[in-house]
Amino acid sequence: MYDVVIIGAGVTGSAIARELSRYQYKTIVLDKNSDVCEGTSKANSGIVHAGFDNEPGSVMAKMNVRGNAMMEQLSKDLDFSFKRNGSLVLCFDEKDMDKLEHLLEKGKKNGVPGIRIISKEEVKKMEPNVTDDMVAALYAPSGGIVCPFGLTIAMAENACENGVEFQLNTEVVHITTKDGGYVLETSKGTFESRIVINAAGVYADKFHNMVSDEKITIIPRKGEYCLMDKKVGDYVSSTIFQLPTIYGKGVLITPTVHGNLLTGPTAVDIEDKENTQTTADGLADLLKRVAVSVPAVPTRQIITSFTGLRAHWTEHEFIIKEVDGAPGFIDVAGIESPGLSSSPAIGEYVAELVQGIYPMEKKADFKAERKGIPNVAEASFAERQELIKKNPAYANVVCRCEVVTEGEIMDAIHRPLGATTLDGIKRRTRAGMGRCQSGFCAPKTVEILARELGKDVSEITKSGEGSNYLTGYNKEDI
Amino acid sequence: MKTKELVCIGCPLGCNLKVEISDEGSMEITGNTCPRGADYAKKELTDPRRIVTSSVRVNGGHLPCVSVKTETDIPKDKIFDCVKALKDVELQAPVKIGQIVAENVAGTGAAVIATKDIYVQ
Amino acid sequence: MKTEIAIIGGGPAGLAAAVAAREAGVEDILIIERDNELGGILNQCIHNGFGLHTFKEELTGPEYAGRYIEKVKEHKIPYMLHTIVVDIAENKVITVMNKEQGMFQIEAKAVILAMGCRERSRGALNIPGYRPAGVYSAGTAQRYVNMEGRMPGKKVVILGSGDIGLIMARRMTLEGAEVQVVAELMPYSGGLKRNIVQCLDDYDIPLKLSHTVVDIKGKKRVEGVTLAQVDENRRPIPGTEEFYECDTLLLSCGLIPENELSSQMGVDLNPVTSGPVVNESLETSVEGVFACGNVLHVHDLVDYVSGEAKTAGENAAAYVQGTLQKAGAEIPLKGENGVRYTVPCMVDTERMADKQVVRFRVGNVYRDSYLCVYYNDKCMSRAKKKVMAPGEMEQVILLKSKLEEFEGLKSITIRIEQE
Repeated sequence: MYDVVIIGAGVTGSAIARELSRYQYKTIVLDKNSDVCEGTSKANSGIVHAGFDNEPGSVMAKMNVRGNAMMEQLSKDLDFSFKRNGSLVLCFDEKDMDKLEHLLEKGKKNGVPGIRIISKEEVKKMEPNVTDDMVAALYAPSGGIVCPFGLTIAMAENACENGVEFQLNTEVVHITTKDGGYVLETSKGTFESRIVINAAGVYADKFHNMVSDEKITIIPRKGEYCLMDKKVGDYVSSTIFQLPTIYGKGVLITPTVHGNLLTGPTAVDIEDKENTQTTADGLADLLKRVAVSVPAVPTRQIITSFTGLRAHWTEHEFIIKEVDGAPGFIDVAGIESPGLSSSPAIGEYVAELVQGIYPMEKKADFKAERKGIPNVAEASFAERQELIKKNPAYANVVCRCEVVTEGEIMDAIHRPLGATTLDGIKRRTRAGMGRCQSGFCAPKTVEILARELGKDVSEITKSGEGSNYLTGYNKEDI
Repeated sequence: MKTKELVCIGCPLGCNLKVEISDEGSMEITGNTCPRGADYAKKELTDPRRIVTSSVRVNGGHLPCVSVKTETDIPKDKIFDCVKALKDVELQAPVKIGQIVAENVAGTGAAVIATKDIYVQ
Repeated sequence: MKTEIAIIGGGPAGLAAAVAAREAGVEDILIIERDNELGGILNQCIHNGFGLHTFKEELTGPEYAGRYIEKVKEHKIPYMLHTIVVDIAENKVITVMNKEQGMFQIEAKAVILAMGCRERSRGALNIPGYRPAGVYSAGTAQRYVNMEGRMPGKKVVILGSGDIGLIMARRMTLEGAEVQVVAELMPYSGGLKRNIVQCLDDYDIPLKLSHTVVDIKGKKRVEGVTLAQVDENRRPIPGTEEFYECDTLLLSCGLIPENELSSQMGVDLNPVTSGPVVNESLETSVEGVFACGNVLHVHDLVDYVSGEAKTAGENAAAYVQGTLQKAGAEIPLKGENGVRYTVPCMVDTERMADKQVVRFRVGNVYRDSYLCVYYNDKCMSRAKKKVMAPGEMEQVILLKSKLEEFEGLKSITIRIEQE
């Protein structure tokens, strides 16, 4: 019997798990994937929004501004990459200045610090590569960029270190009530819990609808992205949004916290909650749209493209509350953008909700801090020597593009909630994320995974069951 | 009479060769730019041969297998038999470049030899 | 640690450069290699067809590498294995790391860049679809099959008819996989004719020219790919889509010189080749830093790599011995009208050898055309060529005597002309 079961090990579930781990709850996180951060949390813009875009008074507005304010300290406590690079919303037409003013007003009402409108000249001075065809921009200095994997994994690991259990590869198939609690039937056995937190991303409607007659629909909103090489990572320095025009809602272009250049997302509502395929039309549309902000996007430097699914609720608002008629069942649904930015605040708020339902003592030995994997690429000469003295494997570079060493990969495997897949290694260390996209390092990473996990290389997968990297031996089929 | 078409590999030109084979077996070759084209076509149609390269398992070496080749070219229709014959061959490290891995592979008379040194690990 | 000549990379270029520098009399040479053996990519190229120019016999890749490794060992040229170069400063201080010695620096008088190239990835091609396991660059698959004895897939589609793709079609077939088709975006193959015949035709593997992959199916592992025909602008033609069930997609869509270290140290790069800009001595824009092999421009035959590396090795030797003349007036070399680039990018008429080989590739298939060399605006030679194709390197030879004779020489242009 658990006190709390959290469905979903994305950024929201992990944030909640970490906040709950301050208390003496017996908590478990279930996820159908082979790793944390495998759904919406792994494929998004990596933006910490300033919070001017949301309707004043909405849950979104509140969570976003609070989450943004928390992010800096959290990044220090949990050792993940975060940078306040500021954001700009470009206005392309004098006629649209009222819309920009309106955004400014919303920003002020939402409590966004330092927000102001700046002139075309000021914009050009900040961002020489943006179009000349713009008239002004809304500048929010508190806008930031974060590593979405770093944030999610850091919170999950910290929760794990503080006693929260994680069971991966476990799909919840059925939920029933029992003695004032819930029984969750899963692909890996049955779990009973007093409280259930539904942080299932695009599947949140499925679990909500199992316990409530008031049905909700979460629509997967598909967004395609292109990631460009670090060579052009300084092409823009702030996150550049577009004021919506008659041609539709714009796309953004931003440096990533690791120094790449990212553009996206398109927005297409779809039905299939697993449809993360990129499309030729989508990518072409994206590149056309981003050219409105930055006419000479260095598309030759694209190193990969990907699709993310936002968990869009028809009302475009976060649903964070105990479900009516289902006591102890808390929805954390409709967590689309600005979900990543809001996640620390959502975690805090949901922990309060849980406290309200079932109060519990704080842990005396809660560890608020967590140290990440050493980053050899960014370490100084002396720091590297120090690391290598501890473990010579820090001198063996496996991924050349991102300078990731065998030592870091070994760390990623042996940490709490360690990586078991190639993608897991990639998200924790960046091995394979560079310009060659794992052409050179994948075989070596597979070999290290096999060695450290005591498996044969044929058992190693890209992203869990069914995604094996190799299919057999030479000549076995002749 | 039979007609065969092939592409000459003698040089980058890649002439499209047309070969007419009479019932008596004599050949008339057209489409070639130089005499090498005609020679190539005759050889390809009467006795096509290839060098076969593959790899063979090695125990205790710095790599789990060693690259090998047939020492001379073998008839084209024996390629698969040759590879099959190597399926169950297992060597023990060290392996020296040039070392014979299999004699008279698939009855072709050709030996298969290692093309790389594998040292003991 | 100090050395006269540091060679970055122990593949065919690095090995030949080292041997040449030693034979030119330099004692103190160091080869730095990141892999656990010398030989570079040749170790996984186990097919035959190497060395016809250099050794006048047909060798496999490992045998070809073996010949040079023998020489390096005979000459007792020092080398470091599984050692990665982290940084080269402009003053030629090289920072390296390995497990045995940790991180340390090497001061070199001259540096030869011989890092080779990497394959264009799926991401760079921007192929739409899912991102499952089973999409490999042909070279990654080649390493698995030829060096590890492991199969990356059983039912294969190959995109790109570069030589590695063609060679892998045969290798995978021989080892028991079913290779269904090779698709090529361009209306011609980027590979050698010989490979099309002996790797595809021999095994009845179809080659679809003017085709590309427009979709990848499969969430976990590849389940199939969709090919479509492309128009003259290389855009897929709607209605021509064809689905192939497969578990593997191999990509052989071009190679890119690996010049991250070069650009970090301030070496100027040529945007066409992605390799360093070099003069007739194969010296880069940083004095005493030379480049050769696929890091300079992607070659078709390893024999040419060895030849080029020999030149780089000899010039690096002359540089440290103080016998390489100071660079004087440099005449720029230009490629035009189908000649995509030239290596070298300029010649110093005083410093050049009596004969200077200029290598380049053409941008399209040209039949019955003329390869013309202009000094300033004057056509100096016009050679009839039956066929030139992007898959094969072309060359012209410049004679020192003729360059010196020509008064007021400002530039040399190589271009393709029709009748």
